[in-house]
Amino acid sequence: MNTMTENSTVGYVTDDGRQIGGTIMEMKNITLRFGGVVAIENISFDIHEGEIRAIIGPNGAGKSSMLNVISGFYHPQEGEVWFNGQKRPSMKPFEVAALGIARTFQNIALFKGMSTLDNIMTGRLTKMKAGMLSQAIWWGKAAREEEEHRQKVEEIIDFLEIQAIRKTPVGRLPYGLQKRVELGRALAAEPKLLLLDEPMAGMNVEEKEDMSRFILDVNDEFGTTIALIEHDMGVVMDISDRVVVMDYGKKIGDGTPAEVLANKEVIDAYLGVSHD
Amino acid sequence: MLYREAGDFKTSYAKDNQTFPIKFDRVAYYILLVVAFGVVPFIINDYWANAVIVPFLIYAIATIGLNILIGYCGQLSLGTGGFMAVGAFASYKLMTAFPEVSIIIHILLAGGITALVGMAFGLPSLRIKGFYLAVATLAAQFFLVWLFNRVPWFYNNSASGQISAPERSVFGINVTGPHVDAWAQYMICLVFVFASAWLARNLTRGTMGRSWMAIRDMDIAAEIIGVNPLKAKLTAFGVSSFFIGIAGALLFTVYLGAAEVGEAFGISKSFLVLFMVIIGGLGSIFGSFAGAAFMVLLPVLLKNILVGALNWPTDLAAHFQLLIVGALIIAFLILEPHGLAQLWRVAKEKLRLWPFPH
Ligand SMILES: Nc1ncnc2c1ncn2[C@@H]1O[C@H](COP(=O)(O)OP(=O)(O)OP(=O)(O)O)[C@@H](O)[C@H]1O
Ligand SMILES: [Mg+2]
Repeated sequence: MNTMTENSTVGYVTDDGRQIGGTIMEMKNITLRFGGVVAIENISFDIHEGEIRAIIGPNGAGKSSMLNVISGFYHPQEGEVWFNGQKRPSMKPFEVAALGIARTFQNIALFKGMSTLDNIMTGRLTKMKAGMLSQAIWWGKAAREEEEHRQKVEEIIDFLEIQAIRKTPVGRLPYGLQKRVELGRALAAEPKLLLLDEPMAGMNVEEKEDMSRFILDVNDEFGTTIALIEHDMGVVMDISDRVVVMDYGKKIGDGTPAEVLANKEVIDAYLGVSHD
Repeated sequence: MLYREAGDFKTSYAKDNQTFPIKFDRVAYYILLVVAFGVVPFIINDYWANAVIVPFLIYAIATIGLNILIGYCGQLSLGTGGFMAVGAFASYKLMTAFPEVSIIIHILLAGGITALVGMAFGLPSLRIKGFYLAVATLAAQFFLVWLFNRVPWFYNNSASGQISAPERSVFGINVTGPHVDAWAQYMICLVFVFASAWLARNLTRGTMGRSWMAIRDMDIAAEIIGVNPLKAKLTAFGVSSFFIGIAGALLFTVYLGAAEVGEAFGISKSFLVLFMVIIGGLGSIFGSFAGAAFMVLLPVLLKNILVGALNWPTDLAAHFQLLIVGALIIAFLILEPHGLAQLWRVAKEKLRLWPFPH
């Protein structure tokens, strides 16, 4: 891999020969506090277009908080979020969605009362433009749009191999499939940047392999930039291009999986060298 | 058995997405429409119109409205009576101010005005949820009744404080006032019911319905997907109140003819419609009809059986009715939150697989 300068806007070539683009997202000196708790302390890192960026760290390190800052749930006291070369003003989550950022949650957050199909259709909301009147009389744009988007959703259903559960209410699905449907719902938005908060947590080996394959395929086939949080180091080594390591709200490592693994601080944090 | 999906393959997404995907249901629906529009008007009499059918149709509209808010969008409201009063008083003011304009227009406008009022009272839903929202809408209920009682402008300064519907006709046929035929009352309500159900079905199956349900099921995930919670909740309050306003206008103009606000649109009306939603089934248009039918028919049935056949005193029968409704609400809430609509779905599922259970 080429050497990477901090905040570089030029791309690089990965070990397996993929061309990665310039910076798509940049977090600059983010600090996030909850009362006395400092969840994120002065962290900066960037995400390049087309790469798979992992965020790792022990429990409570502030990883989910970081995704919540990116998706507009949390508003950091200090620091700037840059997206597509522009400083992003403070935004609400639904405005962030409109920028082309989609995500999944650490604890599954599907729409329990709806079918797989409807969950994924809902993911296309930002793309559907028919007015209320057209929807009310189901004529013209609304009906046309529904069919076009259904086509797209069916492609995602095929891609994730969940045809058989299309009409099943998601509440009845096993855990692993729910995670897959949630990925489908995020993909439905055709995001530029996809955030995955522990997409493989609680899965067995086989399910993890499937999920890894889907993540790699999404990145490969659609060129989607992915930032993911994951605890399983094996998976992280396998699929990510670059890794940010967090511990107690601080960034303690940043680089390729190999670089990060060789980092003393990271090893200490992971081998449970006591902090206190 | 004919109730089968087999051999009924869908060849397009539009077909897969239609309201009645199973042919048997579709045929049953068309037959129902033919009977409702082509047969009932010729056989309906005053007793059936007044005791059962007209109130059923009007409450079905109100139930569809409330179901959109509670069943689809997950926002609890106890203000239904007050919003129906808005529809009633709006139609009264419009009818008396613009006597030359068609009553159909007035009823639609009354719905529109109620929608605006509903949205205004829906604003707190952005900040508060569940129990607290219910209390806020309860406050709306009491405020609106108080307002219509207190400000004489709303009832044109009439001495009794009542409003009474002037005589109006559609295509030269009276639909309000003292000289109305049962079939005419029935027809105007039927047309409004049909249109309401159709509009509600369309709105709930598209983008808007999905954003309501997303808010209902998981509001943080809804936001991350791009649902603007303000817009979703306010449109739910607006659309819901539109239907409830139309129901209130019809109840006053076509059914009651004259109304005193506290009596006709008090808190008990809010609960009546809420019970219809719960018993019929949250989040189901069909359930809205089932719930309205059930709650309208039950007192008639009990009265005929207990008072008519068993000679119970009337007040005892009335108390017994409250008891039954109470027990049923609890039973449905605990055992089947999706109400009669779900029982019906389960029965159909069984039938579809019959005689092979798997
Ligand atoms: N909404 C909140 N209010 C108060 N404290 C919070 C909130 N969200 C996160 N925190 C705190 O911030 C810290 C970081 O939490 P976060 O969920 O980001 O960790 P994490 O790295 O995702 O951990 P895990 O691996 O367990 O998911 C924790 O101390 C947590 O208690
Ligand atoms: Mg986390």
